[in-house]
Amino acid sequence: MGVINKFKSNFSKFFTKLFKKQNARIGIYGPPNAGKTTLANRIIRDWTGDAMGSVSHVAHETRRARRREGVTIKADSSSITLDIIDTPGLATKIDFQEFMAQGMDEAESKRRAKEATEGVIESVKWLENLDGVILVMDATEDPFTQVNVTVIGNMEARQLPLLIVSNKVDLPDSSPSTIRDAFPQHPMVSISALEGKNVETLYEEIAKRFG
Amino acid sequence: MKGFQMDLISEHRLSEMAPVEKVRFIIDEVMSGKILVLEKGLSPEEEASLIEMTMTLIEPDGFSGIEMESYPSEVDTSFFGKILKKNALKTRLTVIGPADQLKTLKKDRDMISALVSASK
Repeated sequence: MGVINKFKSNFSKFFTKLFKKQNARIGIYGPPNAGKTTLANRIIRDWTGDAMGSVSHVAHETRRARRREGVTIKADSSSITLDIIDTPGLATKIDFQEFMAQGMDEAESKRRAKEATEGVIESVKWLENLDGVILVMDATEDPFTQVNVTVIGNMEARQLPLLIVSNKVDLPDSSPSTIRDAFPQHPMVSISALEGKNVETLYEEIAKRFG
Repeated sequence: MKGFQMDLISEHRLSEMAPVEKVRFIIDEVMSGKILVLEKGLSPEEEASLIEMTMTLIEPDGFSGIEMESYPSEVDTSFFGKILKKNALKTRLTVIGPADQLKTLKKDRDMISALVSASK
């Protein structure tokens, strides 16, 4: 009897695996302070009514990856259900004195720097478990950062879809065209995650790229 | 004479190493204060591993990380590049050094301008 039950269980698991497609896992990546969590909050709020995490002008506010499962995004002609992963900002260096410059005491700055390094490691590890990436760039900053180059290279090497989001276009010195010129081989949408400007276009592009 | 050591690493030298050896070699050299110029750079996966290992070694009042600058990869459109789809990216020159000694001033698709300090 035990053998028959085991067979039934395995058979059921096999069919579930075969026909129940898992949601695509989409990571929101970018350098610190590019607006990743603001964008994640915008998406989650627009489609579920909740929020993802807190935002701050201090770099490395997000120090643990956060995952929200089953977010259904509806565009004009289609809809898509995704697992959204908001990742800590990627960096190649972290100096606790930068936190002290923001007014934190030494002990708090060192603790935060340590957590930030762990966050970067978590972000790098997630790269291997994704089906696509939304790479958020600050449109007021130089786009040729190593973080951007490394994330784009990893998606190209894995042949996974990538969507570049040129964020903060509400700021007067933003220059989305600089980002477009830097990485012309990838689709790009210009938005203000903070103000919600042009997010409808973003949702259409998400449905098109990750569907 | 006061200064810093800059090592220009040929493609051949790095190609003899396994990915984990490359990352270890680069970290060890950079932590000893050297600036490395890699003729052919690292693969995107190796760059990610290098960032990951760097994070594990950062210490307050000590090593604060690396400055790394590489050009965006180019897609290999040659016959073999198309056949070997997984390796169809051509990596390019990369500069790596200690974050407290190397600072990128400007970078675009085809030029990296950096400031190197002899002292920390």
